[in-house]
Formats: sequence, C-alpha cells, structure tokens
Amino acid sequence: MRAGDAVRPRGPAQRVLAANTWAVYVFLYAPILLLIVFSFNDNRIVGVWNTASLRWYREMLDNAAVLNALRNSLIVALASTAVSTVIGTAAALALERFRFPGRRVYDGLVYLPVIIPDVTMAVMMLLFFVEAFVIVQAVLGISPSLGIPTITLSHIAFNISFVAIVVRARLAGLDPALEEAAADLYASRWQAFRRVTLPLIMPGVLGGALLALTLSLDDVVVTSFVAGPGSTTLPVYVFGLVRRGVTPLINAVSTVMLVASMLLVLGSLLIQRRSPDRA
Amino acid sequence: MASTVSTPPTGTPASGEAVDPALERAAERAAARRGALLALPGFVYLGLFFAVPLAIVFVYSFATRSSTGRTILGEWSLRSYGRLFDPLVGGIAWRSLWIAALATAICLLVGYPFAYFIATRSPRVRGLLLVGVMIPFWSNFLVRTYAWRLLLGSDGPLSQLTDLAGLGPSRLLFTPTAVLIGLVYGFLPFMVLPLYAAIERMDFGLVEAARDLYASGWKAFRHVTWPLSRPGVVAGSILVFIPSLGAYVTPEILGGSRTTMLGSFIVRQFLSARDWPFGSSLSFVVMAVMLLATMVYFRVGGKTL
Repeated sequence: MRAGDAVRPRGPAQRVLAANTWAVYVFLYAPILLLIVFSFNDNRIVGVWNTASLRWYREMLDNAAVLNALRNSLIVALASTAVSTVIGTAAALALERFRFPGRRVYDGLVYLPVIIPDVTMAVMMLLFFVEAFVIVQAVLGISPSLGIPTITLSHIAFNISFVAIVVRARLAGLDPALEEAAADLYASRWQAFRRVTLPLIMPGVLGGALLALTLSLDDVVVTSFVAGPGSTTLPVYVFGLVRRGVTPLINAVSTVMLVASMLLVLGSLLIQRRSPDRA
Repeated sequence: MASTVSTPPTGTPASGEAVDPALERAAERAAARRGALLALPGFVYLGLFFAVPLAIVFVYSFATRSSTGRTILGEWSLRSYGRLFDPLVGGIAWRSLWIAALATAICLLVGYPFAYFIATRSPRVRGLLLVGVMIPFWSNFLVRTYAWRLLLGSDGPLSQLTDLAGLGPSRLLFTPTAVLIGLVYGFLPFMVLPLYAAIERMDFGLVEAARDLYASGWKAFRHVTWPLSRPGVVAGSILVFIPSLGAYVTPEILGGSRTTMLGSFIVRQFLSARDWPFGSSLSFVVMAVMLLATMVYFRVGGKTL
C-alpha cells in the first residue's frame, strides 16, 4: 500500500470532495469577479449592462468626498499600525519571555479585545470619549471633538492585541536558547535583541503589522461610532452610500479597495516566500 | 492559547554551576523588572483605552434615560436590564443565535471537506489552494458583502438566472437567507484556516494503521481523523460563531427590516433611539455571553488553537 492511499479517499468520495472544493472556490470568487466586471459598466442602472467604460472611475477621482475619506483611512491605518506594532510586539515579548507581577491579569487584558464583539468595542470607545471630553474640558478648558485622533486611538486599542497574538505565536516556536547563547557570547541585551531575537521574530512582526493594517482599513463599526463630521474613513463612507442604495460609483470605489487589499496580501506572501525561514 | 507558557526568565544563569542564591534572586528580580518595563506601554494603553471604557459601559448600563434621550448618571436603576426580558429583545436575540448557529454549522459542513481536500494534496498544490483562500480572507469585508447585494439584487444575475429557468425572479435580498449567505461567505475562511492547520499537522500514519486493521473509511474518519482534528473544529467554530452573533455590517447590507440582529439593534440604541443605558446593558450582556461561551467551548474542546 502506497503511503497516502488510506488518507486520500478514492472513487466517489474523492469526486465529492473535489467537487465541493471547486464549488467553494466559485462561491468565494464569483461575487468578487461580478463586482469587478460591473464596475466597468457604463450604465447608470447597476444591474443592466450596456457598454464598458471607465466612467465611474473618472467620477470617483473627481469626487472630493471619496478622496477625503481615502486620505483619512490611510492616515488612521498607517498611524494605528505603527503604534500598535511597537506596543503589541513589546507586550508579546513580555508575556512570552518574562515573569513579572500582574502577568496573568496582563494576559487577559491583551486577549480580551480580540474576543469582544465589534459593537461592544464601538460602544465602549464612544462612551469613553464622551466622558473623557467632559474631563478634558473641565481641566484644560478646551473642548475636543470626535475626529481622526479618536478613530486612531480606538484602532490602536484593538490592533495591539492582534499584533501581540501573532508575534507571540512566532516567539513560542523559537528556542530561547538562541538568545541565551548570544548572552553567553557577551552580547549586551540590546545586541542580543537586535541581532538575534528581532530578526527571528520579524516574520511575526510583519504579519502582525499586516493584520493591523487590514483590520484598520476594514473597520466600519468602531469607526462610525467615534468619527466626527468630515472625518469619515473610506469604509464608513462606502457603508453610508450602500445603505442609501446601490450606485455604479460604489462599484468603482469597491473594486479599487478590493484590488488594493489583494495586492497587499500577494505582496506580503511573496516577501514571506523569499525570506529563508518561514514559520 | 491563553495557557501559561513556562519559559525560564532569560536572566537565569546556566545550570550546573553553584550560584549564590542571593545573586540568583537579584537576577530574577532584574528580569521581572525588564519584563514589567516591556509590558508597561501595553498596560497603560489598554488600561486607559480598553479597561476604563469597559468600566464606563458597565456604569452606563445602570443609568437612566431622560424623556429627551439624555443619559442621567446618578439615578441608578436596573431598568435597562429589565428590558432585556422584553419579548422584542428576546425575539431578536433568538434570531441572532439561530442565524449565527446555522452559519457556523454550514461553514463547518462545507469547510471541513474543503480543508481536508486541501490538506491532503501535494505541498505545491496545497500552497496554491491555500493562497486561494487567503486572498478573499484578507480582502475588504464590507466590499465582499456588498458584492452579494449585486449578485442577489432583484435585477441581478441570480434573479435573471431563476427567471430564465421559469422560476420567476428570486427574492432573496433583504431576507434572513441573504444574511445567512453573507455570514457564511464572510466567515468561511475563519473556519477553513484552523481546520486546515489541524488536519495538516495530523499524523496520517494513524489513519493508515486504522485502515490496515480493517476499519472502514467511515470508521477510520469517525474514530481517528475527526478526534484528531477537533482543536481545529473548536477554534473554527468560535471564530465563526462570535462575529456572526454580533454581526452588524452583513445584516445591515443584506438583511431587511424584519431581519434585525443583535448588532444592529445595539447600534440603533446609540445612533437613532438614543437610549444609551439600554444599549450599554445590551452590549455588556452580549459580551459576557460570548466570553462565557468561548471559555466553556475551550474547556470542552481542549486548549490548543
């Protein structure tokens, strides 16, 4: 008996498995392809095809609200990813490599934001800023309002945990002896971290950063709670448009968002493929 | 996953030599200090922007609402929690549970054979098939859900297809079925990826051994493959069930007025009904239920993720 024969069912069972697999791929990609095709439809009525054109893409580029939302999205995503990657990586190192007082509480605090539903997180952030603004006004005499800073602060709050989990998974698979060997060879703590630990956990750090970037660019619920007038991000803007009805402009904007996120993933997969050791 | 990994602190000297216990303690204290220092930024940030907000929601849930929709702090009551037993709320909670459970079941039913098929290919094919799942997984969730609105719409391709087949235009959009399709579509990769991880690292020699001992294909699956892949089943089910239960975007885009789920209902308390205490108590209870369910599920299904 050849190895693997028992594992791969043969005959009808194998055919059912294969058919299921291809059906899932059709299910996963059909809506995406349909969206892309229809974004090139010239017709004002979304479902009816007349001729191919770039009309809605031109319209998108002339639309100040779309461009403003895109700019906000990028600012929030980049800022929140940078901050949460640093804090999240430090948290992962602390949890995985050290024993310190309050470690168990810290463990829970880092995991909770992952399990908590979006809607609860949104409610929490809104009420927090409402209360915080009252205090800030009483103490400093300035009246802050909801906007890009509040969105960024909220995104960092949920991104730290996701970065920490990804980096921690990578750290858990590493032999601490490597870092100890560096210390034995008279490397300073900083040198050991910089030359040994950091390069080894880099795939995890990059993976965590990519996840944070994606989550930030995806978020609708939390952002719509803590966004002020004029500070909406692209997903929140698109969500608002969709609720009012389907228009060809949404198709064009959506296609751009979709293609951008796909390129981001493909790029990161290629980078990971080229790095010598993969997780 | 939340289990404590006992790695010795990096400050401990190599074993085998006699070390002055006082020195050892000092090294341990130094390591604890460094650990705490690394943990500090996260502690401060999550304390201020997560723990404090959570506490505020809890406090708000006991507040009262004035007739104009303002939240009055100071007149504490349990009214918001009493309203949870309202039949309207019960109906919405029941519907959400049902739809989330159904979405999880469908994802498992479709995702398990799918993950199994991928995991049993040659490494090269496996990698390609996996990228095929990763791409939609990482793509924008809102946009992917929106695409179904095009597909299911009354003048969309699916409707035209059923019309041509003589069944008349399909009226799926704005029904619970549409929400279910959207949830399965959105969260299927969350099911497939942990399942794949569990099946892929399984020792298939055990399955072969079972077959050698004359177990039927079904018996081998039932007694060997399924128990070994259980951690993946548990992790995948949690990852699908929790976001489905609290879903907001999917029911808003694909559902109608009669398919309100918990997520939308909570949001409505804040953005239109202006009943913040009630919304706070709802979101607090939903969170507590989910946490409890996750803990019980992990207890039952083993700790590995």
